[in-house]
Amino acid sequence: MSSSSKLVLYSYWQSSCAWRVRFALNLKGLAYEYRSVNLRKGEQFSPEFKKLNPLCFVPVLVDGDIVVSDSFAILLYLNEKYPQNALLPSDPQLRALNLQASNIVSSSMQPLIMQSILKYIEDKFGPAERQLWVRHNTEKGFQALEKLLKDYAGTYATGEEVYMADVFLAPQTAVAEMRFNIDMSKFPTLNGIYKSCKDLPEFQASVPERQPDAEL
Amino acid sequence: MEETQLKLYSYWRSSCSCRVRIALNLKRLKYEYKAVNLVKGEQFSPEFSKLNPLNFVPALVDGDIVVADSFAILMYLEEKYPQHPLLPQDLHKRAINYQAANIVSANIQPLQNLVVLKYIEEKCGSGERLTWVKHHIEKGFAALEKLLKDHAGKYATGDEVFLADLFLAPQIHAALKRFKMDMTEFPLLLRLNDAYNELPAFQDAMPEKQPDYVPS
Repeated sequence: MSSSSKLVLYSYWQSSCAWRVRFALNLKGLAYEYRSVNLRKGEQFSPEFKKLNPLCFVPVLVDGDIVVSDSFAILLYLNEKYPQNALLPSDPQLRALNLQASNIVSSSMQPLIMQSILKYIEDKFGPAERQLWVRHNTEKGFQALEKLLKDYAGTYATGEEVYMADVFLAPQTAVAEMRFNIDMSKFPTLNGIYKSCKDLPEFQASVPERQPDAEL
Repeated sequence: MEETQLKLYSYWRSSCSCRVRIALNLKRLKYEYKAVNLVKGEQFSPEFSKLNPLNFVPALVDGDIVVADSFAILMYLEEKYPQHPLLPQDLHKRAINYQAANIVSANIQPLQNLVVLKYIEEKCGSGERLTWVKHHIEKGFAALEKLLKDHAGKYATGDEVFLADLFLAPQIHAALKRFKMDMTEFPLLLRLNDAYNELPAFQDAMPEKQPDYVPS
């Protein structure tokens, strides 16, 4: 465990983006202080939090003087500053694959199905359209990931070790299954990866229900 | 210019492809330009689908290695061809570059790409489409102004061109030229745009200079 000055993570229990960082911090054996930002109550719009992240999103990581927002940027920062249990393999093709898979989740899927966008879709076009939109964008992303990882996946997304792709995939899969009722049996490779991640204590400790601000 | 076996699958108007074109120019890497006409649906050809199952450009082929996703491609190029580094050494500055890149790549671009715009337009007309685009670009640009305020020099994160600039330049170009936005609220980004206009590596990468450019 790191004995340097404590990392602070601004997080919300249900945020899949914060979940990624929680999982990664656990994988690297990094202790951190959990600070809850209640998205349901709009705490992300407080002047104090806006100063940390003008986009008003969690997660935000504070490491001494350094403030990093955006889960992708946070993971790359953590990987560079705390190299233990590397989040990226050394092989160039597998490295690229991890970054690509992570970005499929982080740029092509999650931004289109986050709460604020879904609210817009529902307000403008109704709840049925919202459901269709979620299903379409989630399944499109998963179909691509299934094709991408089919020939590379082992126990985990790109082989026998947990890397960045897994860190992005597992929370997204969990959310798709539990929140959006997506049938993951259609994506056997992704389903297998998710099952493997669920067996990891580091993943189990990162799940929403085990966070200090979980409302159960 | 370095002789290579690089092939870049690109569309003239794709801002994601533009990022990679800038990087290739900065690193002085010769490449074969393979046009993929997104409007004609060429991204769905069996040949291209095999390269990138998400059917987006850009995709880079380097001998046996195939990398899709602009971020993954940029990191691959950075590691294989280290001339004209795209990232500073300092960890904090690197993190700023990752954040700026992701504000564009996860918070702006996915919400204004062709697929999403087509959906919005079909559902409620071209008026709504423009409102939607401007909203997301403005939100992202406001966040970028704040993020970069204390770090910008001649370029986004100092006096040298880095990763953030490669993401910013095409997005600002699209905002101004394609969506005809008024950017007076974003003085830093406008100043950066002027700086990019002076650099041949950037200018040669812009949509209008590409082999598959179609004037409208």
